[in-house]
Amino acid sequence: MSNTSSIIRSPLQRLALSAALFSLAALFLLPIFWMLITTGKTLEQANSGTLSILPDPAGSLPTNVADNFSKVWTDPAVTFPVYLRNTLVVAVLSVTGMTLSSAIVAYGFARINFRFRGGLFALLLATMMIPFPVVMAPLYLIFRELHWIGTLKPLWVPAWFGGAFSIFLLRQFYMQIPRELDEAARIDGCGHWGIFARIILPLSTPALAVVALFHFLHVWNDFLGPLIFLNHRDQFTLALGLQLYQTKAGGTPVNLLMTAATMVVAPVLLLFVLAQSTFIKGVASDGLKE
Amino acid sequence: MTQRRENSAGFLWISPWILGLTAFTLLPMAMSLSYAFTDYPLLEAPIYVGWENFSRLATDPKYLHAAGRTLAYGCVVVPASTAVALVLAAMVNASPRWGRLLQAAFFLPTLVPSIAAAMIWIWLYNGKQGLINQSLSLVGMQGPNWLADASWVFPAIVLVSLWTVGHSMVVYQAAMRQVPESLYEAAALDGMGPVRRFFHVTLPMISPSILFNVVTLIIGTLQVFAIPALFSGANEGTDPQAFNFYTNELFNQAFLNGQMGYACAMAWVQLVFVLALTGLTFAASSRLVHYRGS
Repeated sequence: MSNTSSIIRSPLQRLALSAALFSLAALFLLPIFWMLITTGKTLEQANSGTLSILPDPAGSLPTNVADNFSKVWTDPAVTFPVYLRNTLVVAVLSVTGMTLSSAIVAYGFARINFRFRGGLFALLLATMMIPFPVVMAPLYLIFRELHWIGTLKPLWVPAWFGGAFSIFLLRQFYMQIPRELDEAARIDGCGHWGIFARIILPLSTPALAVVALFHFLHVWNDFLGPLIFLNHRDQFTLALGLQLYQTKAGGTPVNLLMTAATMVVAPVLLLFVLAQSTFIKGVASDGLKE
Repeated sequence: MTQRRENSAGFLWISPWILGLTAFTLLPMAMSLSYAFTDYPLLEAPIYVGWENFSRLATDPKYLHAAGRTLAYGCVVVPASTAVALVLAAMVNASPRWGRLLQAAFFLPTLVPSIAAAMIWIWLYNGKQGLINQSLSLVGMQGPNWLADASWVFPAIVLVSLWTVGHSMVVYQAAMRQVPESLYEAAALDGMGPVRRFFHVTLPMISPSILFNVVTLIIGTLQVFAIPALFSGANEGTDPQAFNFYTNELFNQAFLNGQMGYACAMAWVQLVFVLALTGLTFAASSRLVHYRGS
């Protein structure tokens, strides 16, 4: 039982609260809803100046949706299938690297008593405060030296060295796993690798899922990184492709823009519906650092 | 196991992070610091110029406007979204039956990728056919031209960031659930109403979470880039200065004008700003934040 529930007593107060919350929630969802609505209209219907939810005539809805999606998907100048493939390549490589390496580094911080551990962990927390724009210009120069500009490498190789937030989150989770389990494994002849692989990793799947999910969202949403490091249309990710589609010469019709946006938003919304509690756990862990 | 073996094992296990930190954070920061004192056109070699970049920053009106706009943005967005998130969190937690559904509704906008969010809001803000002005005209009001009018760009961008307040709300919901029920009962016995309980029990008890979230928000708002950049690209008729925030100006200097030295000076000033504001927040909060057990 949520303890703030005791704030509200009378049925009337309860009703007023629900009414206020539901109207606010509707307001927050309205932009997403309107994106979906526009996906079901032709350009004339979208620009007709009426606030109708269904296109006029309503029967044209399925044809409109199919038309819009096939126009976006098969656009000759802005190749979304290629951008989707690039995004998935970056996502798979980057998420695998981030989860694996952060899991290993977090074990070092949580389970091994080495010199300077406290200081290095403080340094890890401090690096979370460094804004990306501070390093973006020299990073470009480094990647240029490595001949990585115009390849997908700048977007996934750094993930294989772990991320401060992921390491922090996993370390907090490992700390709650009883040490007695380590001791038992050690008596059975396990070293650090055995303890990590047989005890810690299998017990940490919920935290690993949070790390993987949040890094996937980061890759899916990232706009600035691809904007700096990619210079070829063949290498574009979905975020860059979407921008290209929007600024295309002559302007893109709004119904097609909203269809393209839906294509990028829908997978994330679907993930959320499937794993709401994993999302919430990840975000809420932000607030419990005391 | 000997301590020496543990020491080397520890460094071995954290070595991926040490390598990554060195290559992708510390090295770029050191490079950035040394280039800040050079004239470095992207395709030529850097030439040492001393403090020239920094004195140029102090008198560059375009830069100063971008910096001022970013600071103003932070001053509006950080308090506003904190207040909205706190109120929403308390309200949603007080409605246990619909809690999960409402939480989902407020949280969903934070999942929309910024490029998609920009496209959606450009459509909503459309002066003629946009949903906002169409709705306003239904009640007989004439909406502004939003992104086509330089003076409305700033509030339009602020509104989009308030749309993603669900992230902070979820953080506060989790913190509020940790407040012991007995404190609310004691406060109720003292005759406190719901509003006074919120201010005298809830807020002090979750103040460490508020501090942490405010610091995260400050760091985030000072980096704002994608939404103004995308809004600007779609509204070429509007004065581009209205969309120019700190990171946008930094990006333009580094990658459009190819002025790496100047951009690096800008980056270090941004870092100092972020650290100073974070430090100030911690210092100012020391009397307001209540740590349990202290």
